Amino acid sequence: MRPSVIIVDYEAGNLRSVQRACEAVGLSAEISADPEVVRHADRLIFPGVGTAETAMGTLARLGLDEALVSFFQSGRPLLGICLGLQVLLDHTEEGARDCLGIIPGQCKRFQFVESDYKVPQIGWNEISKASEHPLMAGVPEGAEFYFVHAYYAIPDQRAHVLAETTFGDKTFASVIGRDNVFATQFHLEKSGRFGLELLAAFGKWDGAVC
Amino acid sequence: MLSKRVVACLDVKNGELSKGVQFVATEMLGDPVAKAKAYYEDGLDELVFYDITASSDQRNIMLDVVQNVAREIFIPFSVGGGIRTREDAAGLLMAGAEKISLNSAAVLRPELVKECAQAIGTQNTVLSMDVRAVVPNTACPSGYEVVINGGRKAMGMDAIAWARRGCELGAGEVVVNSIDADGMKQGYEIKLTRLVAEAIPVPVVASGGAGTPAHLHQVLTEGKADAALVASMVHYGDYRVLDIKQYLNRQGVKVRMNY
Repeated sequence: MRPSVIIVDYEAGNLRSVQRACEAVGLSAEISADPEVVRHADRLIFPGVGTAETAMGTLARLGLDEALVSFFQSGRPLLGICLGLQVLLDHTEEGARDCLGIIPGQCKRFQFVESDYKVPQIGWNEISKASEHPLMAGVPEGAEFYFVHAYYAIPDQRAHVLAETTFGDKTFASVIGRDNVFATQFHLEKSGRFGLELLAAFGKWDGAVC
Repeated sequence: MLSKRVVACLDVKNGELSKGVQFVATEMLGDPVAKAKAYYEDGLDELVFYDITASSDQRNIMLDVVQNVAREIFIPFSVGGGIRTREDAAGLLMAGAEKISLNSAAVLRPELVKECAQAIGTQNTVLSMDVRAVVPNTACPSGYEVVINGGRKAMGMDAIAWARRGCELGAGEVVVNSIDADGMKQGYEIKLTRLVAEAIPVPVVASGGAGTPAHLHQVLTEGKADAALVASMVHYGDYRVLDIKQYLNRQGVKVRMNY
């Protein structure tokens, strides 16, 4: 049977957690590093932990960078998670790398003057919706999700910011998206009930914003 | 705003949940997966499993436990105990653990921290240290010494210095277990926790001594911990995770209440 979701494997850790979370909401998910499989998936999850430098290097080596851009252009639903969100942008400060350029903008590292805020941000934090999106319909205002990250996204266009989160004195884009792309800085696969609800909604999404 | 975390620690011996007092004498408390699931549904923020299985031929049992936990619960969990190589660490991550926790093996061979951080990422590499109070001396100026092998062997190594070194090697989080406080239910070692939290740039998880929700409040405020670990107080049903979080919430500590 054709899997409903393909999880992109680019040697960036913990893909099984994402796969198990898919199973828990009734989505059949296969892990693949094959650009052809990625290009022709019905829907795609692009997870990731580690550094953007390593990730971009591996994506290029495996031919997955072009496959991802081509998948985005197809209009089919694409979900980015954590590092999978960060490399969707044009550029990241981490290793000064150019990224996929699917969402205009860049990533920067948290910098705090006050040393009480420890980087990376590790733990649960709430999101505040910046705009209405069909995938977030079931997520109540103030729901918390699990974050592990030192860099955050700054989309060029305000319309691409779907939800925001405050860490220390910094309010950043914790969910971004455009067209058929939806991406979370937090690990929805480790975020309890609300994370699973987002994943289930993604499994039913046709990629349209309204 | 980032929430403080309540973390439950499950000691697993030959696939079963057990709990010791001051690191010795354990009694068996049943299926760790069922326990983990109950805590998850009760709003627990994170889990830690320590594999205290004595013999290495039983280690696959732990991988089974990890796989079963990963199918049932969707919050982060780390696994510690018996990790000696980067391959051990990677195997546990593949089985579904979010982080791995290094303890004695890292004290004996600090490079292990670096190897794991390179292999699985800094954010997934936790340094867990067992510490006891000593009279301050040249080797341990802070008055806190690192011990290994479940508290049996003193290393003549300063706990604060080791926490700093661990972070330099790539640990993304540090768990501080006080051997003196462990299992006593008289409260966390506040001074130790605070010293470590102020010395390192990564989050600190306080461990050992929790007996009441007020103990968690103290270590998350005065002790400057980012997370507090509980064991006995929830395993024996004295408190529910929910009770603890409601208490912290009432005291003005930001915790995740909607789950």
